[in-house]
Amino acid sequence: MVWVNDIIQGILLGGLYALFAAGLSLVFGVMKLVNLAHGDFSIMAAYISLVIVGSLGINPFYTLALVMIVMALFGYLIQRGLFNFAMDAGPMQAILATFGVAIIIQNLLLEAFTANSKGLDAGVIENAFIRISDQVVIGWFSLLTIITSVIVLLGLQFFLSRTRTGRAFRATADNQRAAQLMGIDNRHLYGMAMALALAIVAIGGVFIGIRTTFTPSAGPLRLIFAYEAVIIGGLGSLWGTLVGGIILGVAQVLGDHISQGWGILAGHLVFLAILAFRPQGLFAKQVQ
Amino acid sequence: MADPVKVQRYTRASRVALPAAAVIVVVAATVPAWGSSNIMKQGVTFLTLLALAQMWNLLAGYAGLISVGQQAFVGIGAYSLWVFAEKFGINPLLCVPIAGVIAALLSVPTAGLAFRLRGGYFAVGTWVIAEVYRLLITQIPWLGGGSGVTMISAGAIERSTREAAIFWLALFVAVGSIVLVYLMLRSRMGLAMTAIRDDETGARGLGVHVTRSKLWVYIIVAFGTGMTGAVIYLNLLRATPEAAFSLQWSALMIFSVVIGGLGTIEGPIVGAIIYFGLQQLLADYGTWYLILIGALAAGVVVFARRGVWGLLARRGVDLFPVRRRLCLETVCFPEDQAKPGPEDPLAQEPPPGERTL
Repeated sequence: MVWVNDIIQGILLGGLYALFAAGLSLVFGVMKLVNLAHGDFSIMAAYISLVIVGSLGINPFYTLALVMIVMALFGYLIQRGLFNFAMDAGPMQAILATFGVAIIIQNLLLEAFTANSKGLDAGVIENAFIRISDQVVIGWFSLLTIITSVIVLLGLQFFLSRTRTGRAFRATADNQRAAQLMGIDNRHLYGMAMALALAIVAIGGVFIGIRTTFTPSAGPLRLIFAYEAVIIGGLGSLWGTLVGGIILGVAQVLGDHISQGWGILAGHLVFLAILAFRPQGLFAKQVQ
Repeated sequence: MADPVKVQRYTRASRVALPAAAVIVVVAATVPAWGSSNIMKQGVTFLTLLALAQMWNLLAGYAGLISVGQQAFVGIGAYSLWVFAEKFGINPLLCVPIAGVIAALLSVPTAGLAFRLRGGYFAVGTWVIAEVYRLLITQIPWLGGGSGVTMISAGAIERSTREAAIFWLALFVAVGSIVLVYLMLRSRMGLAMTAIRDDETGARGLGVHVTRSKLWVYIIVAFGTGMTGAVIYLNLLRATPEAAFSLQWSALMIFSVVIGGLGTIEGPIVGAIIYFGLQQLLADYGTWYLILIGALAAGVVVFARRGVWGLLARRGVDLFPVRRRLCLETVCFPEDQAKPGPEDPLAQEPPPGERTL
């Protein structure tokens, strides 16, 4: 039963990773940009929430809407102000620009908030759980996380398949030039995609801030988890990111169970195994 | 009568630059005779930074491989040094080339996995692999585990001898990396690499073995980076997995190269000087130097993508000429006054887009 509990905890953890992975996947899908600052954006969201909590004294859950708006605005501006130009300069330049932004954010946060770890206190929900048996316990907060992540993915799917802007996203993802000829302003669209991705990552950032503590240098690991979930699930598959996140989460929890400290490593090894034996990921769509 | 048309490589600038460079190297080699301990330590920091930047430039600027995981080879170099010096009792100075070889050997399986990815995914993939190396070392008690290792036998060497030897080793890896890149670019392989840099598909069409060339570059760069990592930790005498496999190494290489100018030999030299200078200048202000350098790099990469050297080179300065030029009496083509280069050396077609969403 201990194993069952581990697997359940892993699945719940995977929901959190999917929240990070969805934003990364969206940005790559629409504009073929691998955003190396993705993890740092999530940490930035957690710190913004921390500042709001500190000044208003409210529960971090209530800061969510405001953090999402701030991050979305920030995403739109940085895309139009920097990343769009970087993408014009070339794909290599775009990656390097996001790397520069990642290092800047990490160090600005370090200067502003020191290297001490911080946490968001959400009150009783953090420790509330449902006891299924003596060894199987489901935390309410973990459950809320994965439900949120499924709702976000459903919303994203609805947005992409049913709305006018979503259609423009898909058109640009398929063929940027043709979409442009059809009258889509891709610079604005890229800004929108980054805004949406950062709004989603803001949820992930606040949730993980409640779940564990964070430091200014925690961003890169978030990026790596998001990225592993995307690759395991298969590039371009929205629900694949959820499955990828879950596989990663289960691998980490089981790894940690087998030997303390092997959790993250176990996740990496599963990722490398996928890379070695099924580099297109588990649920990749047909590559053109 | 002599043939009036000649093919030549040197430029006016290079005829001055190469002897000048030789003089600088000879002067630098005398530093241990008169320099203070502090000057030598700083010197090692700068020279190893230069070597790391040259290596990263070879990888990214010529082979088009944007890696954010080169810290793997810095760390492997550091730990190879420790293993061979402390566990096998080899003279620590001799362990430096051994560290390079170990890094080169480990780069082969690393490439086997990372080369399955392209573009930005390659970048993060190399990073994950560097993390795997770090975590593995943390888990192995024989390698010191999470608390790290101390280079005891290197520390036991008499201080002035040690400092001088490390300084010369650092000078050797720095000069060696420049000479290596220069000679490689002038070789047949260099021609292939320049072709790949300018247009990968085109190069493939002309019969360049693109993947094989990239793999060789990756291995050679791992060798140089591993050796440099060993020299760095010979200087620091203490290594932890956290520090030796830190992303900061990648930041340092990438920012130096990007600011100086990607895809030129002079660029990383200029970039390393700027990076080192800013770091020294802002030493009292915490990590602000990194914020400033990061902003500078992000700005340069977008708005002046040839870097600082690119701005200078427009004035026709070519210190390390790798091209052949056609000269008729005193007129040469391409001309001295403009460094034409390819129109768009860094622009590549985006990787064939996976159909997404």
